[in-house]
Amino acid sequence: MTATSAPARGGLRSADQDLNPHRRRRRLPFSPWHFVLLPATVVLLFPFLWLLVTSLETQSEALHFPPVLIPHTIRFANYSDALAAAPFVRFFVNSAVVAVTTVLCNLVLCTLAGYAFARFRFLGRTALFAVIMATLMVPFQVTMIPQFIITKWLGVHVLAGVGINHIGALILPNAATAFGIFFLRQFFRTLPLEYEESARVDGASRLTVLVRIVLPLATPCLATLAALTFLDSWNNFLWPLIAVTSTNQMTLPLGLATFQGAHDTEWNLLMAGNVMSLIPMLIVFFIAQRYFVRSVAATGLAGT
Amino acid sequence: MAASVARVGGGRPGRPTAMRRLLDSEQFNGWAFVTPGVAVILLFGAVPIVWSAVLSFQKSALVTGNTSTGLANYRQLVHDPVVGEAIQHTLIYTALFVPGTMLAGLLLAVAMNRKIRGITIYRTAAYATMAISTISEAIVFIWLFDPSYGIVNYAFSKVGIAQQQFLNSPSEALYVIVAMTIWGWTGFAVVIYLAALQGVPQTLLEAAAIDGAGPWRVFRKVTLPLLSPASLFLAVWLTINALQLFDEVYLSTQGGPLNATTVLVYYLYDQAFEQFNFGYASAIAYFLFLIILVITAIQFWVGRRITFYRS
Repeated sequence: MTATSAPARGGLRSADQDLNPHRRRRRLPFSPWHFVLLPATVVLLFPFLWLLVTSLETQSEALHFPPVLIPHTIRFANYSDALAAAPFVRFFVNSAVVAVTTVLCNLVLCTLAGYAFARFRFLGRTALFAVIMATLMVPFQVTMIPQFIITKWLGVHVLAGVGINHIGALILPNAATAFGIFFLRQFFRTLPLEYEESARVDGASRLTVLVRIVLPLATPCLATLAALTFLDSWNNFLWPLIAVTSTNQMTLPLGLATFQGAHDTEWNLLMAGNVMSLIPMLIVFFIAQRYFVRSVAATGLAGT
Repeated sequence: MAASVARVGGGRPGRPTAMRRLLDSEQFNGWAFVTPGVAVILLFGAVPIVWSAVLSFQKSALVTGNTSTGLANYRQLVHDPVVGEAIQHTLIYTALFVPGTMLAGLLLAVAMNRKIRGITIYRTAAYATMAISTISEAIVFIWLFDPSYGIVNYAFSKVGIAQQQFLNSPSEALYVIVAMTIWGWTGFAVVIYLAALQGVPQTLLEAAAIDGAGPWRVFRKVTLPLLSPASLFLAVWLTINALQLFDEVYLSTQGGPLNATTVLVYYLYDQAFEQFNFGYASAIAYFLFLIILVITAIQFWVGRRITFYRS
């Protein structure tokens, strides 16, 4: 049966293709879509390329019109000069500490809260969840002034490490997000109850059920949340700008912006600094490209 | 954990103690699980929402403390000419940025949704713009559009266009910011549209082609309606982000020249953290929130009429 029907179907499809006039008309040795994709890719990549070229030029080559398209000598010293002028390694470490800690906190706190909202009945659940959903809708600009006052107060009266001008202030307010709780709750609700119930019958505690039974099923979901939280934290600018003023507590975007303010005519140094702050993220991005792309796509599909 | 499993599994008779019942209850576990996360969100999300509402009815003074001023901040907001300009710039920016990004994303995603040579390179190039921060993006574009040494002016001179002032020009600065942000968001739009395109069933396209529809008609009548949920999502998401534009303006023009790029969030930041008018800034923040709510509601209202859901 299958042996006879399979070739028949294959035969039908190829006949189909030959009949299609739009396919027969094509006589280019390559797809015409290259005419769209090639120029677009040049536009998308050119800023990266020009950034790299300028970062290797001398000051007089950078400040030359018409622009020097190919530097006469490759000047790597721009990178050491930039490093001497601003602590980019420090910025990078700060950014990494803030991003990784924020991701870990979010994974733990949002999993716990999301699971409880999905599975447990407890007093005030509906009201609490409604409040969290309400915060999801409000833009950061509405909350940033009180958030600044609260953070300042916490630093003075509770713990200096989470106060103004310390990277802790960049972690704590984002340690759990309404989006993360909502996102994981929606996922947990789609899981069949049977596994959890049978583990409970076997005497496992509720936390054990979550860690041993539910989390392994949630790995792709957690990876998505981790990737999105990481991107958000890494690129955050407005809150660090408000919360941090001393150089040794700055993250990469803030450090780079400050560096630009101080060296706004030394374009070769600026671009060297810019390349150095871009490279780590580009590397992470290319290694984990599948996760980032899938995660961003997931928000789109969830939204639709 | 293992011990408790063994004990119960071992068929130990008798009812659990009251303490153990409590520790195992949904009430206790529910609160224990949500408390850390919810505490963070209440402290840094919910409380500030109420607080800034209170602030917006106060006049902040560093020495004498805050005093209640009723609706004075909102009255000032209505009569502030800079707020009027800021709204205008924000809306112009949004009206250009959102459709621009969606069109670029749609065109590239459609072009990339096929197996041709070099497709991985094309896709990776588009995705790479997602890895660049707004600050890096802004610095590169300030350099590309530098009036004296920028390569864009060089390209213009090659095709006979006069040198432009770009970010230094009140009539051009906002459009340069539109260009740089479209570049920065294209990767995002491509990812969303590619994911949606992959959900379009091949059979439908083939059926339409067999019925005699040309490629453009198939795209207009089959693909585009099937993409409408993704389009609605992008329109809403990009608009919310566009109305909150700040990073690029802060870095490139600081709202200038002559307030030409002062958008709402930049003015809000300036009032809050340069002038320390927390009260007035809070009023602007709530006003921004209102604008976002209204525009998003309109988008969903219109969107529901023209969006096609398969299920």
